[in-house]
Amino acid sequence: MEKNQPPFALRLLKGFAMFWWDFLVGDTPELFVAALVIIAAVTVLRIVWQLNAIAVAALPLLAIVALGVSVHRAQRAARK
Amino acid sequence: MIATTVSSGALVLVVAVFLASAVEMVEALTIVLAVGHTRGWRSALEGVGAALVTLVVLVAGFGPALVRVPTDALHLVIGAILMIFGMQWLRKAILRSSGLKAMHDEDAIYHETVEELSELATGPKRDRISFVVAYKGVFLEGLEVVILVITLGTSDHRLGLASVSAASAVVIVGVVGAIVAKQLSKVPENAMKMGVGVLLVSYGTFWTGEGLKVSWPGADATLLVFVALYALATWTLVLMLRREGVGDPANVA
Repeated sequence: MEKNQPPFALRLLKGFAMFWWDFLVGDTPELFVAALVIIAAVTVLRIVWQLNAIAVAALPLLAIVALGVSVHRAQRAARK
Repeated sequence: MIATTVSSGALVLVVAVFLASAVEMVEALTIVLAVGHTRGWRSALEGVGAALVTLVVLVAGFGPALVRVPTDALHLVIGAILMIFGMQWLRKAILRSSGLKAMHDEDAIYHETVEELSELATGPKRDRISFVVAYKGVFLEGLEVVILVITLGTSDHRLGLASVSAASAVVIVGVVGAIVAKQLSKVPENAMKMGVGVLLVSYGTFWTGEGLKVSWPGADATLLVFVALYALATWTLVLMLRREGVGDPANVA
């Protein structure tokens, strides 16, 4: 075993954090950011302004826009 | 206990978990078959068994614990995770369908793994390399399934139903895979991935809304509207990308 290796608990914690980073952010940070923006927007619409009907429509539509933007970014990368 | 009433929520849950588990199982099976054929079955199957036990322990340990988290917070966190995860799957499936990203080729992965393992020396009795490669293959592919079973199962209070659905997929793909052996490339993996992506984003949207106290018109049935909406959006994006032509898939993450 290497002398300078960090303790097992630290390696476990680092591995756990890396797993969630890869799982949620990975190659598509734009989708992670989009999910946060969607949550913030729907919170304002539903909880602050009490606009349920608009929140109902906004949630799926914003998700579709986020997906479209992410796909468009990939298309632009492929053309470079 | 398995729910006896079939609601649209339960149906989406069963289909989503079953398809996701089947896709991940095909990927894990490719690695296990390559290990078994190259270095023998004993250690490979021990690795599979050990990985399955670890995954079951994770579901049994974290599933019931999550049920104690306040409902709104649980729905919001799980909804957000499912929405991100679903969009990632959907994005990948759209890019593959339109030719912007190379298809997942099980045959190529099989031959690559066989080549790598053939070059390594075999141990005297227990083959540590076989065990570790099979364990890692099943554990890493299974971890995504475990997260889906726990998130979908606990948010809907149907952990048993989600577990049974995942276990059925593992058994069915395992048996069929063992029979057809090296023909896993014929599984329509991308279409399945696209279907799972649509279902996960639908579930994610629904639970995110529940967590933010959005009142869905039609309650559970709204899920089916989301499924139709996201399927239509996916189809439109694939058509648009195909019409605009592709660039170099090597540049796409």
